[in-house]
Amino acid sequence: MTMTLIQTKTLASQAASIEFTSIPQDGTDLLVLTALRNSTPSTGWADALVRPNGATTNLTSIALYGTGSTAGSLPNSTDIYHQAVNGGSTSNTFSNSTIYITNYTASNAKSITVDTVTEQNTTLALAAITRGLWNNTAAITSLTIVPTANNFEGGSTISLYKITKGTDGIVVVS
Amino acid sequence: MTDTPTKVIVDCSTGESTIVPLTAEELAQRETDRLAYEAQEATRLAAEEAKETAKASANAKLKALGLTDSEIAAITS
Repeated sequence: MTMTLIQTKTLASQAASIEFTSIPQDGTDLLVLTALRNSTPSTGWADALVRPNGATTNLTSIALYGTGSTAGSLPNSTDIYHQAVNGGSTSNTFSNSTIYITNYTASNAKSITVDTVTEQNTTLALAAITRGLWNNTAAITSLTIVPTANNFEGGSTISLYKITKGTDGIVVVS
Repeated sequence: MTDTPTKVIVDCSTGESTIVPLTAEELAQRETDRLAYEAQEATRLAAEEAKETAKASANAKLKALGLTDSEIAAITS
């Protein structure tokens, strides 16, 4: 099994979305690591949507989350999302997330899992796990990350990896 | 005049990045996403507030029965 960096992008300035196109089709799974900050001037966070092939339909997810003061769940969303810390939070902090997409070239529905933590030096922070499905048989050739409010701040970084299955049981990071 | 929001496109086959303005369709979807998120957040915050209100009410009723704070904590946490 090998894990190969496809592309990484750090924003030089604000952007309304980030889209990876022409994703190679010779991998098994996709792994996306994000470090995001939203331009919304308040504290807290805003969602960031995960859209395979730019899709806005046939997406479902459930989520569990905990904040500095409470825990809860968000059932039956029609999007797959994670969170980006807002611009009014502690300076130079970003959310950290992993997005894992299995069998991204297969002709069946795609399972997508997301783990997120926002970062700032107060109790108002969030940890969340989201489990989603894109019910579409098309191979994933592009992936878009979209904020639900305003823009992603400069300095936000997204890295896209492909995981390729093998028989030796060893993961090689290249 | 307000600048049109832009998106960053990273072509994985070449490694090249381009910055392009959102299309009219993407701007409309962006507004749809914003409204959906605001509705979801309102629902989530209302649920949290209702939970806190119910918790406070339950605690008050337990106190009225004569339980101390430590006794209430012992059976609710």
